[in-house]
Amino acid sequence: MKTLNLGESDPRFISEVEQRSGQKISRCYQCGACTGRCPNTFAYDLPVNRVMRLIQLGRREEVLSCSAIWLCAACQACAVQCPNEIDVTRVMETCRQMSAEAGLVSERAIQVFVKSFLGSVKRNGRAFEPGLMAGYMFRTGRFFTDVDLAPVMLAKRKLAFKPHKAGNGEVADIFRRYEEEGPVSCNLESDHA
Amino acid sequence: MRIGVFVCHCGSNIAATVDPAAVAMAADSMPEVAYATDLMYACAEPGQKAIVEAIGEYRLTGVVVASCSPRMHEPTFRKTVERAGLNPYLFEMANIREHVSWIGKDKEANTRKATDLVRMAVEKLRRDAPLHSRRFPVTKRVLVIGGGIAGIQAALDCAEGGLDVVLVEKEATIGGKMAKLDKTFPTVDCSSCILGPKMVDVAQHPRITLHALSEVEELSGFVGNFKAKIRKKAPYVDWNLCTGCGACLAKCPSKKATDRFNEETGLTTAITIPFPQAIPKKAHINPEFCRHFMTGKCGVCAKICPAKAIRFEQEDEIVVEEVGAVIAATGYDLADWSGYDYLGGGRFPDVITGLQYERLLSASGPTGGHVVRPSDGREPKTVVFIQCVASRDPSKGRPSCSGFCCMYTAKQAVLTRDHCPDSKVHVFYMDVRAPGKMYDEFIRRAVDEYGVDYIRGRVSQIFRKGERYVVRGADTLAGAQVEVEADLVVLAVGAQAAHGAEKLAERLHISYDDQGFFMEGHPKLRPMETNTAGVFLAGACQGPKDIPSSVAQGSGAAAKALCLFAKGVLENDPQIANVRPGRCVACGKCVKTCPFGALNIVEARGRRTAEVVETVCKGCGICTATCPQGAIQLQHSTDNQILAEVNALCRF
Repeated sequence: MKTLNLGESDPRFISEVEQRSGQKISRCYQCGACTGRCPNTFAYDLPVNRVMRLIQLGRREEVLSCSAIWLCAACQACAVQCPNEIDVTRVMETCRQMSAEAGLVSERAIQVFVKSFLGSVKRNGRAFEPGLMAGYMFRTGRFFTDVDLAPVMLAKRKLAFKPHKAGNGEVADIFRRYEEEGPVSCNLESDHA
Repeated sequence: MRIGVFVCHCGSNIAATVDPAAVAMAADSMPEVAYATDLMYACAEPGQKAIVEAIGEYRLTGVVVASCSPRMHEPTFRKTVERAGLNPYLFEMANIREHVSWIGKDKEANTRKATDLVRMAVEKLRRDAPLHSRRFPVTKRVLVIGGGIAGIQAALDCAEGGLDVVLVEKEATIGGKMAKLDKTFPTVDCSSCILGPKMVDVAQHPRITLHALSEVEELSGFVGNFKAKIRKKAPYVDWNLCTGCGACLAKCPSKKATDRFNEETGLTTAITIPFPQAIPKKAHINPEFCRHFMTGKCGVCAKICPAKAIRFEQEDEIVVEEVGAVIAATGYDLADWSGYDYLGGGRFPDVITGLQYERLLSASGPTGGHVVRPSDGREPKTVVFIQCVASRDPSKGRPSCSGFCCMYTAKQAVLTRDHCPDSKVHVFYMDVRAPGKMYDEFIRRAVDEYGVDYIRGRVSQIFRKGERYVVRGADTLAGAQVEVEADLVVLAVGAQAAHGAEKLAERLHISYDDQGFFMEGHPKLRPMETNTAGVFLAGACQGPKDIPSSVAQGSGAAAKALCLFAKGVLENDPQIANVRPGRCVACGKCVKTCPFGALNIVEARGRRTAEVVETVCKGCGICTATCPQGAIQLQHSTDNQILAEVNALCRF
């Protein structure tokens, strides 16, 4: 493991993560309750508590290029468990966004899947599974991912050939608002308990 | 009046953001100010000397000091002006530190505000009258509430110092939490062996009156002259006759009563003596489980008792004790951890608290000192200890560290290895806090000599797997999720104030914090005192404490009581309410609102009027605000003085 030069800490990174996630990162006292409850930690390159520690240390590169932030399933077990009431899930999501913006994505396929999913939701107001899988396969070149499941799902009438639309573009309006106004900046809680 | 104004720099505490010289210069032109200057440290010896000298040189008749809070140094400066021959109440303080310099950075604005506060103090001082304390005799008796180790120590020290002591204990025996412990850290000596002799001393000391199974219901009066109303709950046994032989316990047919002494790890009989070394060693009946009280039949104990001491018809008794000081030593209770669902919240029989584990370890406990699982009575092969349950957990409203859990967990881990040499012992910890004498060495011994496995991380989940329990958490040093199958899990549940502490605090007129712990007079300099004169604190009722600290504070509180009584007579604070009989219409509103019962309606010169009991009045001012006639004035804070201050502030 390489030596971390503490002089290279990036305070802007800490404040950006805090600002965008609305979470006070300094509250983390490294108890590990998040790691203890995380169902995906077996696949992570860094356990959740180390992601939090590296943010505290202002290590932009290490955090934004790790795979853990992309393998996070956003199940919120960590957020429920945290004794300091840090919504760790929000922090992970913030890191995913910042990782994409900085071009440091380590798990491109996951990022593509996320994009395909959101694209499908934006177009149809809900997920259209065949369409989103087609988009995912086309962009990643993984043409055989989960294809074996298609006949089973078709037999159970779980896959449609035409998208079912939800609403009249209200969901697309949410996307449009997000693109125009950006993420809602969260106010950090004022008490430093 | 010739007023002197002294503006303190407090080193850089004030001078960094206020210009003391400018404040003094502004004060110089205020009405009746004869002298104004700034001082580096007004409270220090040279500062006080300068004030005394200025009083003589400029023939000052009143003094304003602009410095810190009155709570901090008002008594200091009152003594200073008294030394120079002034009445100590011809003194006012302007708080330009906590209220100005510490809270703002704008020097110019701060200086203006400081000047305003000084002007208010000067205007108040111009309307001050010299006040004189009244002297009154004291009752040289002490009431100690709570018979744990802190209360026992306080009672013994007071009694040895020549005071009569009334010791009130809620439970049927004294000894408190320490009596429940098997061994004590860091020496691992037997708890009841070192506590037992002290308990016997309490029972035998001619100056100590013990009321067990009793609670303080009301405290009235004031320092030196309190009256305590004590409810002695009926034990349904004549304790004058009971010899503690235990014949009734052996024959009682109701054997499923809750055993509070054993932390509900076992069951006991409806008539019981908490433990063999109990003081007083007298039986009492728990009517919730007694067949005589439930069905009207039975009465086996009455038949068997060789002393004929059973009294089913006995009722609670109220006794009134007159005392001069009170020492609260009500201790702690474990926090309620039923909300910790991920640890089972009490649903798993083999997930128990540290205090319950003490009873399993203790030779006088329900298992005779054999470590076994409560569920099936088998000896555990793997024991997991979890620290910081309901401690250091802001999400559950319990942010503080309970202080002693690290040490007792290490002790229990060592004892587990002693009792079951084949067992594996794991301790989940966040930080090990062992700052006492020989404490850290003890933790090292647990690891190095007893092979206790310390895992740095919090536990996230406990779930059942067959007859065992899976404990899953993190090892943050290894950077991994970890899990272990355990037979027995012991939780180091944090401490909170004893149940009912808040109610008692209100009865004693003292304040408490958000965890129910009683507030000390000053967090560093007055740890034994409260803000109510004559009421002192000892032990964990003030905050979680281990045995050495509780004993130290118990002795400290006793010293405070002895100091108080060494004077023989006490002086009251003359800053109290005063009735002008000419204006009083005897409407009685003040009598109703006074929280201390310091006001009465009396006949004087043929008419009814309110009267203040000077020794009882605390000077809170509620009656002053209530009186529709303006007939009651709080001396040293009269309506005219407050209005003068407001006018000084709102000049423009």
